[in-house]
Amino acid sequence: MSAIYETLRDALRAEAAVALATVVEGPAIGAKLLVRPGVPPVGSLGDPDLDRVVARDALGELESGLTSTRHYGRHGEARASEVAVFIESFAPLPRMIIFGAVDFTAALARAGKLLGYRVTVCDARAVFATPQRFPTADEVVNDWPERYLAKVGEELGPRDAVCVLTHDHKFDIPALVAALGTAAGYLGAMGSRRTHEDRVRRLREAGVDDRGLERIMAPIGLDIGARTPEETAIAICAEIIALRTGHAAPSLRDASGPIHG
Amino acid sequence: MREVLDDIERWRAAGHRVAIARVVGVDGSAPRDPGATMAVNDAGEVAGSVSGGCVEGAVVTEALAVLDGEHERGVVTFGYSDDEAFAVGLTCGGTVHLFVEPLDW
Repeated sequence: MSAIYETLRDALRAEAAVALATVVEGPAIGAKLLVRPGVPPVGSLGDPDLDRVVARDALGELESGLTSTRHYGRHGEARASEVAVFIESFAPLPRMIIFGAVDFTAALARAGKLLGYRVTVCDARAVFATPQRFPTADEVVNDWPERYLAKVGEELGPRDAVCVLTHDHKFDIPALVAALGTAAGYLGAMGSRRTHEDRVRRLREAGVDDRGLERIMAPIGLDIGARTPEETAIAICAEIIALRTGHAAPSLRDASGPIHG
Repeated sequence: MREVLDDIERWRAAGHRVAIARVVGVDGSAPRDPGATMAVNDAGEVAGSVSGGCVEGAVVTEALAVLDGEHERGVVTFGYSDDEAFAVGLTCGGTVHLFVEPLDW
């Protein structure tokens, strides 16, 4: 007893990828198989062939972060439904990387945590990039954005967000160019419309094409008249959600006129 | 599961038996997706949620029945098309299927 629960608990605490398969209908009701990438499964659903098929399916679901009930035959046959198996994926938390340790950053770090992100704040200026200034961030990194992304960029995927709040071409051009080289699902940059026009010119000079520019949400956030850092954080998070779900919500990028109210 | 882990650990350390109820399927409009988890201990304490608050009371009753051995572990369904036995509806009109089991694994 407890071996599966304790393995699951430890994996969740370590934020490791893990999937738990449970027979919810069928002969071995309640039987469990715990599946992790690169490690043999723990437990059994009562049949070795069923275990093998479910372990394979669970790894697939885990990769896309899906949780659902699937049906099988007693020995894992497809197109049968004697056994219902609930496969629950525990993918690592999606990441929000915020470049620029400015006052908007603290509010966005808080809002990002609220949405369940693992939040990283990165700034090259050691005096600003301190954990004391961003107590809710999971990590505060003192590094150049492009150097940091060279280290972690390959791990980023569609669930992850990169927000460039530096307000300084010296930092945000290399940060955006590096972020465009990742598969991050959301890429936003703060700054006025005029700042962004200038930024577009500099990005083109750096070799960014129309498709790259199209990926950048700038000015960052939805057009909800946000004024304070907290309101701006909400506007950014709402834009991240709208982009992911594909719902029509008015982005500042696609509007004209004043940003703040 | 992640959000109820701390409570489960505390209860286990205090010697409580624990049941967990997980959403394993939804039909129509439902407030929580599959994977939403509620944990209940043998003293009736609750952590987590599986709906917008519509069925939690009934889930506690079911979880305690499973812990007491009155009900077998299994799927229970709450929703619009329920029979009398589980006449607890979701205000949003959807149906939610929950797997309720003791944490004995």
